[in-house]
Amino acid sequence: MKWETVIGLEVHTQLATRSKIFSGSSTAFGAAPNTQASAVDIALPGVLPVLNKGAVECAIKFGLAIGATLNRVNVFDRKNYFYPDLPKGYQISQLAKPIVEGGALKIIVDGEEKTVHLTRAHLEEDAGKSLHEDFHGMTGIDLNRAGTPLLEIVSEPEMRSSAEAVAYARALHTLVTWIGICDGNMQEGSFRVDANVSVRPLGQQEFGTRREIKNLNSFRFLQQAIDYEVRWQIETLEDGGRIEQATVLFDPDRGETRMMRSKEEAHDYRYFPDPDLLPVRLDEDWIGAVHATLPELPAAMQARFQSEYGVSAYDASVLTGSRALADYFESAARACGQGKLAANWVMGELSAALNKAELDIAQSPVSAAQLGTLIARIQDGTLSGKLAKQVFEGLWEGAGEVDAIIEARGLKQMSDSGELEKIIDEVLAANPKSIEEFRAGKDKAFNALVGQVMKASRGKANPAQVNELLKTKLQ
Amino acid sequence: MSEASLSALAAQLASKQISSRELAQQYLGRIAALNPSINAFITVDAEKTLREAAAADALIAAGQAGPLTGVPIAHKDIFCTDGWLTTCGSKMLSNFVAPYDAHVIQRFKAAGMPSLGKTNMDEFAMGSSNETSHFGAVKNPWNPSYVPGGSSGGAAACVAARMAPAATGTDTGGSIRQPAALCGITGLKPTYGLVSRYGMIAFASSLDQAGPMAPSAEDCALLLNVMTGFDPSDSTSLEREKEDYTRDLDKPLNGLRVGLPREFFAEGLNSEVAAAVEAAVNELKKLGATTVEISLANSQLAIPVYYVLAPAEASSNLSRFDGVRYGYRAPEYGNLDDMYGKTRAQGFGAEVKRRIMIGAYVLSHGYYDAYYLQAQKIRRLIADDFSAAFKACDVILGPTAPGTAFKLGEKSDDPVEMYLNDLYTIPANLAGLPGMSLPCGFDAKGLPIGLQLVGNYFSEAKMLNVAHQYQRATDWHSRQPEGLK
Repeated sequence: MKWETVIGLEVHTQLATRSKIFSGSSTAFGAAPNTQASAVDIALPGVLPVLNKGAVECAIKFGLAIGATLNRVNVFDRKNYFYPDLPKGYQISQLAKPIVEGGALKIIVDGEEKTVHLTRAHLEEDAGKSLHEDFHGMTGIDLNRAGTPLLEIVSEPEMRSSAEAVAYARALHTLVTWIGICDGNMQEGSFRVDANVSVRPLGQQEFGTRREIKNLNSFRFLQQAIDYEVRWQIETLEDGGRIEQATVLFDPDRGETRMMRSKEEAHDYRYFPDPDLLPVRLDEDWIGAVHATLPELPAAMQARFQSEYGVSAYDASVLTGSRALADYFESAARACGQGKLAANWVMGELSAALNKAELDIAQSPVSAAQLGTLIARIQDGTLSGKLAKQVFEGLWEGAGEVDAIIEARGLKQMSDSGELEKIIDEVLAANPKSIEEFRAGKDKAFNALVGQVMKASRGKANPAQVNELLKTKLQ
Repeated sequence: MSEASLSALAAQLASKQISSRELAQQYLGRIAALNPSINAFITVDAEKTLREAAAADALIAAGQAGPLTGVPIAHKDIFCTDGWLTTCGSKMLSNFVAPYDAHVIQRFKAAGMPSLGKTNMDEFAMGSSNETSHFGAVKNPWNPSYVPGGSSGGAAACVAARMAPAATGTDTGGSIRQPAALCGITGLKPTYGLVSRYGMIAFASSLDQAGPMAPSAEDCALLLNVMTGFDPSDSTSLEREKEDYTRDLDKPLNGLRVGLPREFFAEGLNSEVAAAVEAAVNELKKLGATTVEISLANSQLAIPVYYVLAPAEASSNLSRFDGVRYGYRAPEYGNLDDMYGKTRAQGFGAEVKRRIMIGAYVLSHGYYDAYYLQAQKIRRLIADDFSAAFKACDVILGPTAPGTAFKLGEKSDDPVEMYLNDLYTIPANLAGLPGMSLPCGFDAKGLPIGLQLVGNYFSEAKMLNVAHQYQRATDWHSRQPEGLK
């Protein structure tokens, strides 16, 4: 039987506000345990929440960026359950009236474009952390994270493979970092993915029973977990078993998912509107003011890169992988006036060097302006591609500006035909055998002669010019 | 001294006839003498009180005194008070020393009013008799075999016994007004949102409101001036111009339209209470008021609605008392669930547990629509009744409670009978309206009778005006229990 995979993702993005969603405590990561937990965060008797306007604006930005409906009146609800890292015994979230409803995101998988629709996105507070190690059979509670603002982004179950799920997650990651609402740091838990996975016989309309894989904090784990889960579900069904609705965890060491709780163990969260918080009303002025702060979005920028710089759709999508990368490309392209060449350099030489050095585009030792100048020197004939790579190395090492490096290292392409002719004459004089072979019709011999000339010029000769001169001389 | 109004005490302090320290010492002396039999206070800390009084004296000496600087006050043990044990009447918080001041406490501190201590109350403000306190029942100063009402029973009793010139209370379904009525003092629950709830331990957030309790309406007006004001730490706090609640006290009542809700004078009302309230109505007529019969038809549903909504909110509000971070934790337990179970089973009393269970039930999956949502709709209807009524009258008048104080233990085995004591007070909480109780007579047993006024939103000054004019014409509010004078 042929099976079809159905995936929907729930992504918890930590919003990049300085303070928590309902208290003034800092949200900075990595402080000593419980040093960023105020009276409100530890839920002392009598304390009350006050909504952080910045968190609401992050949600508005997101809603605008995905073309969603922003609920003009949205309500905070209490989700009640007991856990030691949940100080109030309830989490403030949004159930019936989320701030964002609908919207869509475009993804490209294997060159095919696909639209993934979003169900909703709602604001909520994060819980603290339970630390089960290092406490000799006890559990440590760190409430620094308690109250950190989250936007939980829920997709429709429209993805049909782990590759699509990863592409969606990546596109979402790009978008939330692009519009500046999330730092995107997956190691620190700023972008956590839950995947709802089910399978069904190809062609069947109804969904199969889903299992939810919790808390995947890398794209690689997301892919591995879904692939394992899909295999497991198909095998279970083909062996005549049934899938029970459940929440599972992915164990990256073993590459397996394992049961966390079954549906029967699911909580009754006793949601109700939080009486400590008034409904939040979004008016057009507020939305308009937030809209004005949105940067050009990835999709718009991709289209513009194609029309303005003549890059391919694929290159445009790569170049808009992050705002920093897109900005870098655009600065370089503007500096040299050569969009395609700039794209090649950014995606080629520069990306390779950054990857090798494990550096981010923002940490690139070669600035966009420098790369632009370098490309301009290729364009004006000062440098050959090969020489340009040497100059690039110089830039990478911090040896100075482009022209200074060319000068200091003598990398200027030889444009004086007199000097070149002299070299060619010397090469021809030293290689009579090659000349004979060439005249006997062996093209290879011509290439060998070009190589000799290039070598003698220490790579500075213009290969096209060498070709031309050699041909003339050998006729 | 025990006769003195707040304004008289303030005048004596200002003219240096007495110091705040001396005044505090006198009240502390009275507390030491009377509290063992009345049990109105959970915590008294003379050293702290006298230190605050000395600071008030310094302000007075420096010419920086406000209207009530140096006048001491007792605080309900529901307000977090920095450095003071703050128990909320519960074993659960029997070891909890608050590390911060509630907004209300901050305001009284800023006004230079020393705290005389923390008053006894029904556990987590759940009760109408003060019998649910972990720290024992409070006795009614008019007769120690009777309850003082609740939940602000300690506050009402300490003022009635003149152990404090004034006290703070909180009112979720009548917890200021009903004990004020049963103890023969004046108490006011302001419009919801007028007084910040920050630092006031939550029972039912959408209903809880703090207010003043004192012998007279004039005292309450002065206290309300201190207590009210916008607080950005409470999202339900209202941002309004600061008012002077004493401004209309002396206005005559000519033309005042008093609404008498048919439903508040119907079946279930004790005849002595009815007679006293009717006498008060006649007194107001003499002062120039007219009466109009009104109907609050949906207020009949107030008790069932309240006992869905208040427990629902409470069941969630009280979840933080889990033994993890502060407060009581069961000494022995197996795993985490066992720790939660034992801690809460041992830390909460029966009434609190009953309400948590009701609340959890009405919010649970499959019951929410039938109970919680339905109750919210009726709550709206109850508020609409009031809005309609206020088109025909300026203030609504009726009894505060269906009867006078009952005997200790008399209703403690019958929760529904106990709940009915708040029949007339709950509607104002559900609608968010201000309400107050003032003394209007005594029954044959010598127990005080309370009269309730309910005003439109933000009409506290008007209500205080009515109450003050009534109190100028009568002396019920200045009577004191014979044996305690």
